[in-house]
Amino acid sequence: MSIEQFVFIALSAITLLGGWIVITNRNLYRAALGLVLSFFGVAGLYALLDAGFLAVVQVLIYVGAISILIIFAIMLTRRVMDRTAVQHNAQWGISALVALALFGVIGYTLLFRAADQWAVSSTGLPEKPIEMLGEALVTTYALPFEVASVLLLVALVGAIVIAREK
Amino acid sequence: MTGVEMREFFFNLTWLIPLFPLLAFALIVLWANPNRKLSTWLAWIGIGLSWLLGWTILFLSWGDIHHLTPPEGNHPVPLWTLPTGSSALKIGFQVDTLTALMLFMVPFVCLMIFIYSKGYMGYGTAQVDSRYSRFFAYISLFACGMLGLVVSDNLLTLFIFWEIMGLCSYLLIGFWYEKSYPDPKRITPKEAGLKAFLTTRVGDVIMLLGLLLIYSQVGSLSFMDVFSHETLDMLAHKTVMLPIFGSVPVATLAALLLFGGAMGKSAQFPLHVWLPDAMEGPTPVSALIHAATMVSAGVYLVARSFPLFAAVPLVHGGTQLAVVAFIGAFTALFASTIALAQNDIKRVLAFSTISQLGYMIAALGIGAYIAAVFHLITHAFFKALLFLGSGSVIHGVEHGHHEVAHGHHGHEEEAFDANDMMNMGGLLSKMPRTAWTFIIGGGALAGIVPLAGFWSKDEILAHAWHEFQHGHDFGTFWPLFVWLLLTIAAALTAFYTSRQICLTFLGRPRTEAAKHAHESPPSMTWPLMLLAFFALILGLFGTPWANQYHHLIGEAFEATPFDPFVAGLSTALAVGGMFLGWLVYGRQPLAAGEVDPLKRWLGPVHKVLENKYYVDELYQLIIIRPIIWLTQIFAKFDYDWVINRIVNFAGEATVFVSERWGEFDLVIVDGLVNLVGRAGAAIATGLDVFDLGIVDGIVNRVGDGIKAGGRFLRPLQTGRVQNYLIVAVTTLIVILGLYLVLPIT
Amino acid sequence: MDVSLTWYLLVAAALFCMGLYGVLARRNAVAILMGVELMLNAVNINLVAFWRYVRPDAMAGQVFAIIVYTVAAAEAAVGLALFIAIYRSRDTVVVEDIDLMKG
Repeated sequence: MSIEQFVFIALSAITLLGGWIVITNRNLYRAALGLVLSFFGVAGLYALLDAGFLAVVQVLIYVGAISILIIFAIMLTRRVMDRTAVQHNAQWGISALVALALFGVIGYTLLFRAADQWAVSSTGLPEKPIEMLGEALVTTYALPFEVASVLLLVALVGAIVIAREK
Repeated sequence: MTGVEMREFFFNLTWLIPLFPLLAFALIVLWANPNRKLSTWLAWIGIGLSWLLGWTILFLSWGDIHHLTPPEGNHPVPLWTLPTGSSALKIGFQVDTLTALMLFMVPFVCLMIFIYSKGYMGYGTAQVDSRYSRFFAYISLFACGMLGLVVSDNLLTLFIFWEIMGLCSYLLIGFWYEKSYPDPKRITPKEAGLKAFLTTRVGDVIMLLGLLLIYSQVGSLSFMDVFSHETLDMLAHKTVMLPIFGSVPVATLAALLLFGGAMGKSAQFPLHVWLPDAMEGPTPVSALIHAATMVSAGVYLVARSFPLFAAVPLVHGGTQLAVVAFIGAFTALFASTIALAQNDIKRVLAFSTISQLGYMIAALGIGAYIAAVFHLITHAFFKALLFLGSGSVIHGVEHGHHEVAHGHHGHEEEAFDANDMMNMGGLLSKMPRTAWTFIIGGGALAGIVPLAGFWSKDEILAHAWHEFQHGHDFGTFWPLFVWLLLTIAAALTAFYTSRQICLTFLGRPRTEAAKHAHESPPSMTWPLMLLAFFALILGLFGTPWANQYHHLIGEAFEATPFDPFVAGLSTALAVGGMFLGWLVYGRQPLAAGEVDPLKRWLGPVHKVLENKYYVDELYQLIIIRPIIWLTQIFAKFDYDWVINRIVNFAGEATVFVSERWGEFDLVIVDGLVNLVGRAGAAIATGLDVFDLGIVDGIVNRVGDGIKAGGRFLRPLQTGRVQNYLIVAVTTLIVILGLYLVLPIT
Repeated sequence: MDVSLTWYLLVAAALFCMGLYGVLARRNAVAILMGVELMLNAVNINLVAFWRYVRPDAMAGQVFAIIVYTVAAAEAAVGLALFIAIYRSRDTVVVEDIDLMKG
């Protein structure tokens, strides 16, 4: 097994472990921390995929912002959280089945049906990927970029309006 | 940046110069109107920016005079090309030395007047004008017009800006449109504005005809095309057949038509009648429009078109120049005689303006191009100074009147004319800054050496005399005529100026109001002092020994040599005139109620002068009354005789026809309708039974079935999103599975 | 490269399904939101993997991933704002109790 494969397996394990903690732990704090662990794992996977910029952005945004946001929300509603109460609802069994079924379908498709669908590109990584990314963002993809900023603005305003003290 | 690059850069910004005040106008009108402070600042910033840019362009153009002297040299700033059928009109701006010189004067004088207006319109006091912001908007628009005029590179935009100025003149003269006077003979601001607009309109229409003529002959209106040698040659030789005058060169006709516009705008006889009455507007308006800028637009037009005017030389039958010279000189003398007998401080200045414009026009008529433009520039400064000074005086006297009327006695509320010099006197001690700057301006006007007016006036006279002696292209008659009339006018100018100064400032106050007058606020006196400074030094740029104006704009012309005879004579006349005025009015200043000595000496002649030679009454008789009579006839035609009768007859016929239809409708149509109605009622009763029994039964059964179905399906709506999601995902998986299982590619 | 594309895709799929379970089976609203975040991450892994393996010279893959970040951030913000608003007005964080749409 090469180093790359080893690293891949390690990172995937971290990611999936974090995900497991999120969905099963009764203690919401621990679930949130599991989420953070998962995010780090994903960041590592990005790094492995030579998307260094995205890895940093992942840490910055997800771990640095969104996780904090979620933890804030948990803390603000501590009062009503009963730590010992059951954390899954009545349909958890069906949900588990459905999730497994979806995974099965996707896995089957990937392994047996689409194995050679995607031609692995022979062209290597571009020389200055970050420069190219920056350029692409403001030239070819300027419109989605701007729309995304508008979206953020709207979300910001909306969140403030919704969560305001009346 | 090198000099050339800087020049390029700034010259290409020329289009901004008229734009800044236009923006100020738009912003004030649309937004800043309620806020007086903001409106003032917007106007000031607008004109201030134009001033800075204008002076930059002037100084930069000094370094490249050879390439920028009209008519060949200029720096074009083309903007648009208007497609006009098979050809195209090129619109744009330009910078050449004449433009640059105008850019020295126009924005600076405008700025001085804008600053002055703040105090004059009463900012910050209880008597602030109710339409204060609108005033600033109007003068900004006006400034845009004048600035656009001087940077235009073609006759079309020149005409457009010309008209903008005409509009603003109307709006500003009639600014106090609600003002009325108890004396019905006295013209109100509203009427004065209309008079100005209509009179200049006459000139404008003539000018438009000139434009059309030029366009039809040349195919273009841009200066470069019209004033090029080939075009002028062509125009000079091509002739047009006119009814009385016979065959006339196109150049002559076009020049005369253009001159019509100049006559209107620059208030030359016989289209001068609007200018004295335009004094009904606020004094800053008088200074701005009727002294410094708009009226000089006519002179500018002739100066700009000078190649066209000179295309057919005077000696070869070029009547256009003769006409110009005659009108100019005649107006100069004519107006200065009227000024002798005026008591209204502003009207003296108005006639003085007409007279000085006559000087400039006459100068152009005999080819003294540089002198005319020089005089235009100096006149703008000292006339604006004089007007602003008179406004300051009026302001002071009015305030004195208010103090008297409201403070002390309270019985002087009857019509008090603050403009009347007979109500002034002794203001030298009460308003020193105004008085001294006014005296400097007056001296410049009279032509006292070394003030500005002397040099420019003297150059005109010297040129006239020189032409008379040596007779080149302009013959000997017209130069002599011009010289004679202008010299007499100069003497009269000095006299009436001195009269004005003595009556206003010397002696003792003749009324209570004058006694209580006080100096104006700094926002009004600072512009006076700045303008006085220029009145002092501007002339020194145009001395015959180092004439900068000649260097700037007139390299193509030969310089007028200094003539000691002419200079000596005009100085003697100026000083003598002023001295005489002082003798009559200053040594023993008039006391209150005393009659003007001039009235006694001139008797009935004085009456004629005071009534401006009855020109207004003449126009009223031969033009206005006939037109009104004609309109009344047309009105009668419409109302009583013909049109009304036709309309009434048509109306009665229609009524008759509609009544007959009405009867038809009632009898026949109604009967049919009733029959149909009764049949319908019978059918309806039969259907009713069917409906109630059968249809209703079906409907009710269906409704019950649906209700049952709803009750069955309701539990599906748990209200919980997660339940819905389960169903959705399950469906998704089933579909994915189908994709896998079934042979779908 | 030693790791084939399919592996990445499988990991992403696994993560996605875990997130799906979290969304469907948890009672607390914040927990559901965390499940959604897991799903979005899985999608991003997919995008970046495809970018790296199929067309690394076109930046569209990464750009898309960045847009997904943006959307996730916006959605998290608004979602949590809603959560706090509901908490204030109904004093509960359990989604089962929010069934106003019950037929």
